[in-house]
Amino acid sequence: MLKKRIIPCLDIKDGRTVKGINFVDIQDAGDPIELAKNYVKQGADELVFLDITATIENRSTLIELVKRIAKEINIPFTVGGGINSVEDVARLIEAGADKVSLNSSAVKRPELITEIANQFGSQCVVVAIDTKFENDEWKVFVHGGRTLTPLTTVNWAKRAEQLGAGEILLTSMNNDGTKAGFALEITNNVSSAVNIPVIASGGAGSKEHFKNVFEQTKATGGLAASIFHYGEIPIPELKNYLKEQNIAIR
Amino acid sequence: MIAIIKYNAGNISSVQNALSRLGYESIITDDETQILNADKVIFPGVGEASSAMKYLIEKGLDKTILAIKKPILGICLGQQLMCESTEEGDTACLGIFNTQVKKFPATEIVPHMGWNSFTKIEGELLKNLQPNADVYFVHSYYAEINAQTTAVCDYIKPFSAAMQKDNFYATQFHPEKSADIGEQILKNFLEL
Repeated sequence: MLKKRIIPCLDIKDGRTVKGINFVDIQDAGDPIELAKNYVKQGADELVFLDITATIENRSTLIELVKRIAKEINIPFTVGGGINSVEDVARLIEAGADKVSLNSSAVKRPELITEIANQFGSQCVVVAIDTKFENDEWKVFVHGGRTLTPLTTVNWAKRAEQLGAGEILLTSMNNDGTKAGFALEITNNVSSAVNIPVIASGGAGSKEHFKNVFEQTKATGGLAASIFHYGEIPIPELKNYLKEQNIAIR
Repeated sequence: MIAIIKYNAGNISSVQNALSRLGYESIITDDETQILNADKVIFPGVGEASSAMKYLIEKGLDKTILAIKKPILGICLGQQLMCESTEEGDTACLGIFNTQVKKFPATEIVPHMGWNSFTKIEGELLKNLQPNADVYFVHSYYAEINAQTTAVCDYIKPFSAAMQKDNFYATQFHPEKSADIGEQILKNFLEL
């Protein structure tokens, strides 16, 4: 049986791991390679590296980091942040990334999804959606959550699928950093509306939150950062708990 | 020396990294002599079948692959290209395995992406694995079950997770991305 994936996310700034609370107030949480290796040892199913300052800073630090990650770890990993062109993707894939994650650039120019899918395959195109419930609607935000767009979340997810996305990484800004649980309603709406894998992100604070998102939505992965970084929920303990709850887990 | 076949597909450096972690040196090459003289050959790949097949034919790599006498391991797209044909771009393939590659019906999430286990497992390549071992898959097309199937995975329907015919081995999953279990499988291949 296909297993639900537990995915630690490492936010990267200048080659180091950081985690923002509600996308601001950044704290240092360590060396990405050491953290990544430790997650693999603990049984993480995939890793996501998001370069949160990539849009304004030099890319070469990130490329070097991706090469080192690819040498050291033996599970799939996604790299996101500041990807604006097929050339950006080619450099990351060459460096060893398995997938790339697009966010603001895909909203700005949706054809980019198709261009990347045509050249490298849909399986390597993750469309990351930052969403916030505002004025009775789940809307899409870009630029690290700073800019509201006219897009509604379910429609944008469906469009991304049609354009060739292989996966959706859905982050609820209302829930991110709160440790109050994933945004079940929008995760369910998006994962029911598309036929590609959806990863739920934002708000994980307990083992039960993962059980809830896997039982109450069609999400096939759950992503979190700080609870794993700071060892609040050790991955083996989380996976054992979910297995006991009869959820398919590696 | 281990040769990794160089062509217009992604994921090739991942295989080289995995071999280095196991302590094996390898070269990424499209040179016929280097490929035919290698002790082992790996034919990896993530990409689109029709453009990959076109490239292999243009470079004469289709004939080179068929001429290999040493063990060769096709991975993911590599496995699919070793079959008779694929529905992806309606492409005629190398015809090593007597089976067709089809697209998953969209009755479940496609691509089949993530860790899955086997419902049948046999042969040298997959020896020393726990029966519930999970490996990493990411694909939208699958090879049908046939006489050369050595491992079966069930997603939407049972399909060939691994195949073998003489010195030709193939896996639909990615051993180079399948943590310790994947390393065991690569080791099994390298020690054939």
